[in-house]
Amino acid sequence: MLTKSEFQKTAVEMLSRAATTLPKDVVQALKLCKTKETNKIARLQLDTMLCNLGLAKKLRSSICQDTGIPIFFVKLGSELKLSLDINRTLADAVREATQKIPLRANIVDPLSRTNTGTNVGEGQPIVHFELVHGKGLQIDLLIKGAGAENWSRLFMLKPTAGEEAIKRAVLLTIEEAAGQPCPPTIVGVGIGGSGDIACLLSKKALLRPLGRKNPDKKLARIEFELKNAANELGIGPMGLGGRTTVLGIRIAKAACHTASLPLAINFQCWAARRASARLVGNKLKVEAP
Amino acid sequence: MAKLIELRPPLSDQKIRLLKAGDIVSLSGTIVTARDKAYARALELLRSGKKLPIDLRNGIVYHCGPLVRKTPRGPKIVSAGPTTSARLNDIQVEFVKRTGVKALVGKGGVSEDVARELAHLGCVYLTFTGGAGVLAAQAIEKVEKVFWQDLGATEALWVLKVKDFKPLVVAIDTFGDNLYLRKKI
Repeated sequence: MLTKSEFQKTAVEMLSRAATTLPKDVVQALKLCKTKETNKIARLQLDTMLCNLGLAKKLRSSICQDTGIPIFFVKLGSELKLSLDINRTLADAVREATQKIPLRANIVDPLSRTNTGTNVGEGQPIVHFELVHGKGLQIDLLIKGAGAENWSRLFMLKPTAGEEAIKRAVLLTIEEAAGQPCPPTIVGVGIGGSGDIACLLSKKALLRPLGRKNPDKKLARIEFELKNAANELGIGPMGLGGRTTVLGIRIAKAACHTASLPLAINFQCWAARRASARLVGNKLKVEAP
Repeated sequence: MAKLIELRPPLSDQKIRLLKAGDIVSLSGTIVTARDKAYARALELLRSGKKLPIDLRNGIVYHCGPLVRKTPRGPKIVSAGPTTSARLNDIQVEFVKRTGVKALVGKGGVSEDVARELAHLGCVYLTFTGGAGVLAAQAIEKVEKVFWQDLGATEALWVLKVKDFKPLVVAIDTFGDNLYLRKKI
């Protein structure tokens, strides 16, 4: 059976990998963008990003000084027997990683603004559980910096406003955010559910790699159209102008009340840090994204 | 690529006026980090006629909350990219007026009205690529001093000696030309 120390070790490795290296699909997307930019300052921004990625990997340092907050998505098989407390183990992993990697201590009380110094606090780290059939266990991790997270938006649209209103809201938000969420961003969009579920979907949508098409054909088309429209805005890398404002749009949806059309938007900066781990046999293994 | 302009504080008005939006700059010398909490404390002190622990006149302020590793030889900054400057919009102009800072380094730019005021005050806005924290840290030769550590390492005033901190882009010059408003594809 999986022990607490093995679980914790894997979670620390996930945090370490995510903080210091970017997934292949994101690096490829950044390189591809560079070939499309004719604006010199845009090219310089992308070059600087890629150069920084090389250095971070080599020196095993955190790509960005804002090491964000970790958000864990746990898919837990209902038949899996575990003799450990997942919430506690992940919190211990975050504490350990904060010292070891190191990560910047970002977690504060929302009102007193007192820093806990450990990246653990009331309700932190954030762990979303999903109960699934079987004996599996999968953990996905997103690292979210504040520059991108601060542009999160929730719109409760008119129920019949439809696709055009959704697109308009997404594009207006991208335009308003401009250079602040560190473009080129990946924009997560959650449609439907309820106010809270739309927000969760918009974040969860960011887990899908850039190369992987949305299995829903209609959503795949909207993603494609929104990506093209966003890249026509001219915001460009870091908002200094250029063709690359977004690396991708990721949409997830859920059914909703007949009188509602919730729409949530969640940005991920170009340093789109994520990692995954899966139970293989009785070992929890990190999968290089 | 445009020629690399070397910049070294203290900055004169004359030097600042030579910088044009779109220019690429390399910075060497002393810079001071400050963000939300440090700005608030600095203004509190200056408004009541007190002095800051370091004179910022003709100096450079870097919007940055560094990632610091503790070592036996003292703190080492491992990642130090810029933070979002716009969070300081409401107090940015007063801060520049009261401190006499001549250049801000940040990311994402400032609001249009703040940009106009900065130009008017002869303060240039430079930007370093957000997220490129390790590259920025490479340019730090030495941590000269740290003030206000009670605010936490992220929010403290770090006095840093940098060498060839680049590439910085002049995003808003003292003539009001603003790359964030140009939106060139």
